[in-house]
Amino acid sequence: MKNQDLLEEIYFALFTNKIRSFLTILGIVIGIGSVIAMIAIGQGSQSSIQSRIESLGSNLIAVTPGAQRGIGMSVSGGRGTAQTLTIDDAAAINGLALAQAVEPEVSSRRQVIAKGTNTNVSVVGTTAEYLTVRNVQVEQGSFISELDKTNKTKIAVLGPTARDDLFGENSDAVGQTIRINGIEFKVIGVTAAKGGNTMSSQDNMVFIPITTDQQYLSGNKYVSSIYVSAINQDSMDALQTDITDLLLARHNITDSTKADFTTTNQADIASTASSVADTFTILLASVASISLVVGGIGIMNMMLTTVTERTREIGLRKAIGAKKKNINSQFLGEAIALTFIGGIVGIILGCLASVAISQFGGTVTKIAPWSIFLAFGVSALIGIIFGYYPAQRAAKLNPIEALRYE
Amino acid sequence: MIELKNITKAYITSAGVVPILKGISLKINDGEFVAITGPSGSGKSTLMNIIGALDTPTSGEYFLDNKNVSFLSDDELAEIRNGKIGFVFQTFNLLPRATVIRNVSVPLIYAEVPKPERELKARQALQDAGLDENLFNHLSNQLSGGQMQRVAIARALVNNPSLILADEPTGNLDSKTGEIVLKTFTDLNRNQRHTIILITHEREVAEHADRIISIKDGVIVEDYNGLKQKG
Repeated sequence: MKNQDLLEEIYFALFTNKIRSFLTILGIVIGIGSVIAMIAIGQGSQSSIQSRIESLGSNLIAVTPGAQRGIGMSVSGGRGTAQTLTIDDAAAINGLALAQAVEPEVSSRRQVIAKGTNTNVSVVGTTAEYLTVRNVQVEQGSFISELDKTNKTKIAVLGPTARDDLFGENSDAVGQTIRINGIEFKVIGVTAAKGGNTMSSQDNMVFIPITTDQQYLSGNKYVSSIYVSAINQDSMDALQTDITDLLLARHNITDSTKADFTTTNQADIASTASSVADTFTILLASVASISLVVGGIGIMNMMLTTVTERTREIGLRKAIGAKKKNINSQFLGEAIALTFIGGIVGIILGCLASVAISQFGGTVTKIAPWSIFLAFGVSALIGIIFGYYPAQRAAKLNPIEALRYE
Repeated sequence: MIELKNITKAYITSAGVVPILKGISLKINDGEFVAITGPSGSGKSTLMNIIGALDTPTSGEYFLDNKNVSFLSDDELAEIRNGKIGFVFQTFNLLPRATVIRNVSVPLIYAEVPKPERELKARQALQDAGLDENLFNHLSNQLSGGQMQRVAIARALVNNPSLILADEPTGNLDSKTGEIVLKTFTDLNRNQRHTIILITHEREVAEHADRIISIKDGVIVEDYNGLKQKG
């Protein structure tokens, strides 16, 4: 039997049973489509988590006040609320060889007023290094300078969202004044939009010189956190150790478990987040693959029904000269054709669903090319596995009995 | 030419060994029109299966065109059936929802005959079987019983076999249509010298053949050759 004839027989058999073939294919389409869409959702959230972490700044180590939770300690020392870090600590860290830039900040949520409008934003007292450390660009005007820090000038730089809320969308805010705690600040610049989630977005912030913040707003010498960027990614662990040693020495603490500050490495956050996302992807993919297996069983069910239903046809084909392998390849071919068609349609629908989810569902999706190959391979495999048994059964039928089958 | 030498066939069942054929020897020459007849349970279906290379004998030898086909494998038997034997069944066994031409072409697909040639051969066989040309592209399940049986005969003819084996070909037809089908066999035998073996339990159907072989309880009880008697 020639291959072309085999294909024709397969096409004919599937086309004769249009509705049944369609429903069987549908099972595979749903299976493959959901595997691709689910993996796309998983991959999408992984990449969006990663890009958010990266948007915080590169090679970042955060030092925050408050005790590290030690073994046997049931209550941590109120991280972030404790007041243990100062600008001098930041200056000392800046002296470390592995530190590229250091940025201390004082941050608090405050009501900011401008010409009758007001908004509740995060007011961040910071230094000129903020731009480098936190990977932020200035869109309009300028940022806080070293001089502003020394002179404790009352100037402010707005994040784009804060600017929009206070002065209207895309308005020219440079040169205007805002009031925080009854104190007037002159707006000297606006930062470029960075995105991120709305609650903690760097876009919805007002930046003022750290010394100004300490003098007029917080009223003390402490900082709420110090961000340090390492000279490169490989030196992050070493830098983290250096910072810990340095601050322990400065704070006269000998027992490192009693440290009154915490250092957090950006790489740790990133790897934790991505392993969470990986688990998430695997979970979604396994749920979706259940439907793929169900689709495969659907194929087997249809093929077994077909073999029983076409027993006499198989008997006839054998009587007029079909060999075992002819019958076997016809039925196996039918099963593979079903999964093949289902696989292709499923890939298309899965990709369309992924695009639709990112367009309308608000979740970022990223179609992984490997997931397409995987889905296709799995669907072909399902065709072979679930088609093999029915095809074998058909091929082994005795022509005499098959012809008599009622 | 067909030659059976002391063919036996026994089935092993839970009740023990059940002999069906108990030593059948016979010879059928090319161009003969033979009827094998006998009551049900006589073993004629088993004999047909062996002659049709659908089954192998327990002992004895079967020569088809001087080739011993007694102990071939399933696939080798399939090849023999494809090339040398044409089957006509009581229940027609056409592919439903397939055209007449397609039905007749199926044996040629397994013989790996190229497609254009298949179509020509199928048309020729259908003409030989006496089917109206208007029906060639109809679906097989739209035909009447007599028309279906002619399609089946055409399918048996299409490979130009050494032997046409018809198992109760008129069993599902009314007597008038049955008569037409039997006449088709007679014509094929007379005009085209096809060897035809007709298996039937009806005496009057068997009488259309030139030679009647009667079987009872697994042995040949009568071998009557009308042509020889006349000659």
